[in-house]
Amino acid sequence: MSNATVVVVTSGKGGVGKTTTTAAIASALAKEGYQVCAIDFDVGLRNLDLIMGAERRVVFDLVNVVRGEASIKQALVRDKKLNNLYLLPASQTRDKDALTEEGVASVISELRMYFDWVICDSPAGIERGATLAMRHADEAIIVSNPEVSSVRDCDRIIGLLDAKTKIAEDGGRMPKHLMITRYDTERAKTGDMLATDDVVDILSVPLIGVVPESKDVLKASNVGLPITLSDENSPAAKAYTEAVRRLLGENIPVTIPEEKRSLLGKFFKGRAA
Amino acid sequence: MNLLSLFGKRGESASVAKNRLQILLAHERADDGSDAVLISSLREDILAVVAKRVAIDPDSVRLEMDRTGDVTTLGIDIELPSARAS
Repeated sequence: MSNATVVVVTSGKGGVGKTTTTAAIASALAKEGYQVCAIDFDVGLRNLDLIMGAERRVVFDLVNVVRGEASIKQALVRDKKLNNLYLLPASQTRDKDALTEEGVASVISELRMYFDWVICDSPAGIERGATLAMRHADEAIIVSNPEVSSVRDCDRIIGLLDAKTKIAEDGGRMPKHLMITRYDTERAKTGDMLATDDVVDILSVPLIGVVPESKDVLKASNVGLPITLSDENSPAAKAYTEAVRRLLGENIPVTIPEEKRSLLGKFFKGRAA
Repeated sequence: MNLLSLFGKRGESASVAKNRLQILLAHERADDGSDAVLISSLREDILAVVAKRVAIDPDSVRLEMDRTGDVTTLGIDIELPSARAS
């Protein structure tokens, strides 16, 4: 019997890479041999199944389980490649109140028994779905782009993590990790983009990883493979794999993996793009 | 023109972004909605004081808060009716 660590992947703002991050981290943890479950909390806008390539095998979902219409084991979808990686899909219902506080609590406590890691993919916003996704977390990964609106929304989410979660209500403090995605080293260097240090300074959350802007992320989602499974040598995959080692407690310096560029490529940089 | 600009264009938008965020978030973190309550009660009080002497339209009292760095200024703008009209 395991006792899982529950991690919420959250951001406030939409489109910053929560689902990509959830899929990448869950798969990287599974590759390390852990029993992993990824849960999609985005009721009504299910997408983690697509990113993980499991969309055709979804039968039951989180709402079915919460309502007692299916057991957790019936609803879990096993990954095609890794047999220790599972997905609990979101429902496509339009009913906003489909998830209940007690229902989610019991789903999470049951999953804690079966898995080592439970990764909760939060919906955007600060409404019910987002607060339920973070409610029972033991740790939080906050995903931000190096961009003003994304950073501001992360600050709001940090406020919620410190107020509306079980840990916070019990007088504890939620451990938080900052994941900066869609980073462009060149633009940060020339002062056109917030640098990682700027974002860390503003949010005061320790960095767990910096994922460079990479074409491989779209390619991976096209074929329904988490980036950490589709192309291990992609800079984005390397960044996520490194972040997972940190999540597992290794103390390694944060690097920003870069696209391998030939000398000629460096010379013509900017013209080809 | 600074020295760096001799070595090609160095953008400054990132430091502007950082500055704006730091100022904004400092206020948002402290803001518990009390600013709005304060402004609205101040407005009522000022309106009552002025109305004792001059007949004014309630909508002609405007309060604005402006936050720059560590300083918050309160601007009060009251439009008085012309002497003849009163």
